[in-house]
Amino acid sequence: MIETKDILETIQMIQDEHLDIRTTTMGISLIDCIDADINKAAVKVYDKITAYAEKLVPTAEQIEKELGIPIINKRIAVTPIAMLCGACPSSDPIKFAYALEKAANEVGVNFIGGYSALVQKGFANGDYSLIESIPRAMAETNHICSSVNIGSTKAGINMDAVKKMGVIVKQTAELTKDRDCIGAAKLVVLCNAPEDNPFMAGAFHGVGEPDCVINVGVSGPGVVRAAIAKAPDNATVNDIADLIRRTAFKITRMGQLVAQEASKRLCVPFGIVDLSLAPTPAVGDSVAHILEEMGLSQCGSAGTTACLAMLNDAVKKGGVMASSHVGGLSGAFIPVTEDAGMIDAARSGCLTIEKLEAMTSVCSVGLDMINIPGDTSAEVISAIIADEAAIGMINSKTTAVRVIPAIGKKAGEELQFGGLLGGGPVMKVNTADPSKFIHRGGRIPAPIQSLKN
Amino acid sequence: MRAVITVVGKDTVGILAKVSTFCASHNVSITDVTQTVLQDMFCMIMICDTKDLNCPFGEFVDEADKIGADNGLSVRVMHEDIFNSMHRI
Repeated sequence: MIETKDILETIQMIQDEHLDIRTTTMGISLIDCIDADINKAAVKVYDKITAYAEKLVPTAEQIEKELGIPIINKRIAVTPIAMLCGACPSSDPIKFAYALEKAANEVGVNFIGGYSALVQKGFANGDYSLIESIPRAMAETNHICSSVNIGSTKAGINMDAVKKMGVIVKQTAELTKDRDCIGAAKLVVLCNAPEDNPFMAGAFHGVGEPDCVINVGVSGPGVVRAAIAKAPDNATVNDIADLIRRTAFKITRMGQLVAQEASKRLCVPFGIVDLSLAPTPAVGDSVAHILEEMGLSQCGSAGTTACLAMLNDAVKKGGVMASSHVGGLSGAFIPVTEDAGMIDAARSGCLTIEKLEAMTSVCSVGLDMINIPGDTSAEVISAIIADEAAIGMINSKTTAVRVIPAIGKKAGEELQFGGLLGGGPVMKVNTADPSKFIHRGGRIPAPIQSLKN
Repeated sequence: MRAVITVVGKDTVGILAKVSTFCASHNVSITDVTQTVLQDMFCMIMICDTKDLNCPFGEFVDEADKIGADNGLSVRVMHEDIFNSMHRI
């Protein structure tokens, strides 16, 4: 028998604490669309996506209605497009971006991720031309997300790619400067990119994945914050960790149910549940506020890294038991412009990029959705990417950089993207010149996996 | 299949009658009703059997939502699976 208090708790989580399924993402392999003629390949890409994902949006909406759980985004992740470009090296890869955009409009999804290249050990045919086309692709499309994996624990860090990506990030912002540089908000540079991540902008369909798969990303920072708020002031950190675990369990069970239903109705195998705390700019849906509820006066103060480490770990411990397959990024996201508490902390100066970098060593992703001054040099952006990739490489975790150079703006001014991407202040960056290091190029060797101190 | 109907808001005369008439008109049998007060708000929970529902489930959800809107209340219909999966191992 279902108990009244359980029903009321669920209703309250959904109605007042912003509990939702953040995304139902269909992964589609495009390996069989490879063709030496890019026009033929683009048609195959469009046909395959629209055939496989035809029912994705209506099915997700049906599940949303029956279970009474909001499913915020319906997305698609595809095979890294650079792999398709390899077969037609003399053609302009942007034709694939147009095909993806057309397919996204046809099936009604919010985003398609996978305008990507994996270059952690070097550039294969197609990788370089795809990377060069990213600024135009981000400027000329609205639903495409791009990612480039430039490092891994097994391969080291491709510093040639790091150098290139500093330039590409800046160009992407330049080409969309009339729209608050939004192009750069759809581009992420990764180290140790997961192949089954359902979240944007880093989602792509890895080569080891099946032909088609359903991955689900849950959310719920508001629910965790509310649970901690109910704890007495004298609750120990153990008690708080236990509360987070219990809450993460419930959230993930909901994600598992939605994933199973979607998988059954679409006749597509269930991949993973990504149990991430993904904030939105809405009040009460903030990861920063969870840290503040734990006892910090403001996110960014001393103690922030410790609180975030505990939160990240407790979310995983609670979620792992609730789902048959956990994967993706799984943990706590700390995007600045997408999180009301982070925005406030950045505005007040309590949260700095240096502190965010420390936080990325214990959170699930990296430097995410950070506005930086428009005059920041490409070399400094590359060096930020290299620092972040080094944290990921050494600690065997995913790290990422999604910074938005605010063209024509200085620290303290603001960018507004709207929707889930939010908006926020331009943050100060250390501009001391790392050019000589960045221009050396080459590859940082893969790290030793023992003698861990 | 069973559904859970929750009515949350300011108590109004005849709301139980309206919701139960709505259920009957769709061939939905009410198996249990409880009432409680949640943060000063009236809260009624009905467990229903929807196996003989005479319209698509989505339409039933929309109509319930409309009854809620017309009466200044929140009326939600949710499949029981969501509660079982969140609160049972």
